[in-house]
Amino acid sequence: MNKLLSVFQITKNKADRSSHPFWVLVGKEVADHIRSWRFIILLMLILLTCIGSLYTSISNLSKAIEKANDPDGGFLFLKLFTLSDGSLPPFHVFIGFLGPLLGISLGFDAINSEQNAGTLSRVMAQPIHRDYLINAKFVGALVIISTLFFALGFLIMGLGLIIIGIPPTAQEFLRIIFFILLSILYVAFWLNLSILFSVKFQQAATSALTAIAVWLFFTVFYQIIINIVAKAMLPADQGNPYAMIGYQKFIMGLLSIVPSQLYSDATTTLLMPSVRSLGPLTMEQVYGAIPSPLPLRESLMLVWPQLTGLIAATALCFALSYYIFMRKEIKSR
Amino acid sequence: MNQQIIVLEGLTKQYGSLIAVNDLHLTIDKGEVYGLLGPNGAGKSTTIRMMLGLTEPTAGTVKVCGIDSTVNPIEVKRRVGYLPDNVGFYDNRTGLENLLFIARLNRATEAEAHIRAKELLARVGLADAMHKKTGAYSRGMRQRLGLADVLIKKPEVIILDEPTLGIDPSGVKEFLHLIVQLSKEEGLTVLLSSHHLHQVQQVCDRVGIFVGGKLLANGDIPTLSKQLFTGDKFIVEVGVNFSPQGFAEQQQQLQKTLEAISGVSSVHREGERFRVGCSSDLTASIARTIVEEKMDLTYLSKKEYGLDDIYQRYFEGGQPHEQVA
Repeated sequence: MNKLLSVFQITKNKADRSSHPFWVLVGKEVADHIRSWRFIILLMLILLTCIGSLYTSISNLSKAIEKANDPDGGFLFLKLFTLSDGSLPPFHVFIGFLGPLLGISLGFDAINSEQNAGTLSRVMAQPIHRDYLINAKFVGALVIISTLFFALGFLIMGLGLIIIGIPPTAQEFLRIIFFILLSILYVAFWLNLSILFSVKFQQAATSALTAIAVWLFFTVFYQIIINIVAKAMLPADQGNPYAMIGYQKFIMGLLSIVPSQLYSDATTTLLMPSVRSLGPLTMEQVYGAIPSPLPLRESLMLVWPQLTGLIAATALCFALSYYIFMRKEIKSR
Repeated sequence: MNQQIIVLEGLTKQYGSLIAVNDLHLTIDKGEVYGLLGPNGAGKSTTIRMMLGLTEPTAGTVKVCGIDSTVNPIEVKRRVGYLPDNVGFYDNRTGLENLLFIARLNRATEAEAHIRAKELLARVGLADAMHKKTGAYSRGMRQRLGLADVLIKKPEVIILDEPTLGIDPSGVKEFLHLIVQLSKEEGLTVLLSSHHLHQVQQVCDRVGIFVGGKLLANGDIPTLSKQLFTGDKFIVEVGVNFSPQGFAEQQQQLQKTLEAISGVSSVHREGERFRVGCSSDLTASIARTIVEEKMDLTYLSKKEYGLDDIYQRYFEGGQPHEQVA
């Protein structure tokens, strides 16, 4: 009886407690996303690709094990995320492709839809700081993305565990956690970019199209431009190793502006422990190296620049949208 | 009762070269219903936004409930309910959910918010529609929900920006009476802006006429017409049939005769007719004088100037401070 009473007390307390306005806003954002059709559609799409890539990786797993002297052979569990026979790309490539779409869809109408519906001035007339709204937009979407990715990651791990019957090692588990965190960061970048456009552009359609245009530019056209530049910049003296290394580094530098390149570099390093370097290696560096997997710490060190780049890009987009939003005049409709 | 709850001093807002609000001085007392009257683009909404701290004034100060809105907007917004013009709701949520959201942003607990939201929905007559999505609400229902939305934070002051826009005439009457009734019951100060003179006239204790960023007149309706029509409240138009010879002389004589009548402040000739400005109704004595002068009175018409004409003059492109007669 006493126990029951205390349980009752707790629930009563919960109803009596007023939550902080910021979390009320976040809660509303999360609820809005979950109820929206566009999120449900994207969720279905991502679930399908996730199941598809899991299927291909598991059906190819037996062939992969047979390969002798594979440095990644010890990391059977990680192969669930990376293995593919070419018919369907592996999971991390899919996320690299669909992640931006997810981020854009969650953010492209964050501010301008409120403005167009006339709710912005109503919310701003409440006793809350102005930045609560834009922060809540970001945090709300981030909560959704994080939940989604952790759920997906653990789902794949769970299914893999049931199907192949080999539990992951601690290192594999940590690598997957880092991979999930990295994916969240990557989507957060696109989310912030689209929030920035939603602050800047009055029409939701304009901001969505602009965000998609940026995404397409980086996935399709930027590569073509790099190819053209690479051909034009090719050093005349191809025998000179220093010129060649400089040239390679320049091209790599150009490529690493692209967020999807940063993401795919970082994920391959995390999910394939045998990746030792992301840049060019000289013969002296490779000479004598045993093709063995790197420990997690070393892999993380290797992707540190990529990680920093992604964080910086995300922070920059957020700072810009924050600045513009704070200076924006709140007008009714 | 005479506590000043809104004090604006030298308030100015400039957008580039455009001066939206120009050196505005205004005080509103506690418990009064104040109408801010002005045409579109007069700077009413800008003034209101500055009161709430949503826009920063270029110069001057705004104090609401003794708090500076520019420095401490949060405290002001805690005490002031604001209904923006063209208010929007989250259309995929019900009326009740929309209210609960705002209540919880004002740190109400879940239970408290529920009780108050339901009570207010019943008060504004939306009890039956509270579980309907606001997307399906009619214009009038949205405004009433807006009123409930403003009241849910238990404000001391409510500011309504064009609250009657787009509601049908009977709805307007009902809505305004609801506002007044609620404000009297809860002892609220109400500031409402409008460009509909008649609506404001019905409910406001005091009215301010706001044109081109300036407050032209301020006070209750009788004071207002006195302020705006110094003397000439009545205009009598007189037409007289003159004989063809000595036309100008006769006209001058008539003008002198009319000016001699006590109470007449001005006489102007407009083609065939004379416009006689007077502070009280002098139609009868004017007619008598003309007849006694043995002139042929052919036309006599009395015009009384009310707020309607103030409106005509100020809001439809007329020059302010222009004498009518």
